[in-house]
Amino acid sequence: MKHQIRIYCETSALAELRIFLQKTLGEFHLSDKDQHQVTLAVEEVCANLIIHSHNCNAKDHIELEVKEASGKLIFEIKDQGEAFNLIDYEIPDLKKVIGEKRKGGLGIILVKKIMDEIEFESDKGINTCRLIKWFQT
Amino acid sequence: MISIETQKENGHDLLILRGEVDASNSVILDEAIQKLINDGSKSILVDGQGLEYISSAGLGVFMSYLEEFQERDIDLKIYSLTPRVYEVFKILGLDQLIPILPDKTAAF
Repeated sequence: MKHQIRIYCETSALAELRIFLQKTLGEFHLSDKDQHQVTLAVEEVCANLIIHSHNCNAKDHIELEVKEASGKLIFEIKDQGEAFNLIDYEIPDLKKVIGEKRKGGLGIILVKKIMDEIEFESDKGINTCRLIKWFQT
Repeated sequence: MISIETQKENGHDLLILRGEVDASNSVILDEAIQKLINDGSKSILVDGQGLEYISSAGLGVFMSYLEEFQERDIDLKIYSLTPRVYEVFKILGLDQLIPILPDKTAAF
């Protein structure tokens, strides 16, 4: 069975995304803590896309597919907005975030700390971001 | 969905959070904190017992006030976070910047 969802680019879709992830992740062997954290990481990437790449344009959408591969769980996020490669994004220093009173930037720190691998590619206008979590053995 | 209730107790302002804070509603948390500052609060105690989820949008709200709290001598403490929400504060190192207490008694 395929685990996938299409959400539209508005922040109200994030709650819908969490419900999908909660249901889907229940089928895999993840601890409660990991389940919570990977949900957060996937949401952070989608929130970034919705807000920054798509300017909350509800006509645009994002596709998420959750796949299991040997010993790991892959979250594949596809969109057709402005490509944002979070691998290249230099994570800000926490003190700088406070000083600048910025409310952004923290999400990417969370994604990088929670996920074990991050892949990004952009091909013919379609951006694919893969967030990979290894199963604890 | 988020609900925020404020209460006054022994000179402290309690900010009782319930539900989930994400990019769609973090502005509500922001406004609630701003209102407490405008009303002259000197001690904001955040009750996190009913806080099921908080994303960076909500964490960023707390972060964005830290300097102002220091300048205005406002005390911010968070208490009764569930273990999984507390973990998220720890991942970002926010537990080093904001006092996080096990319960209300410890926060008072």
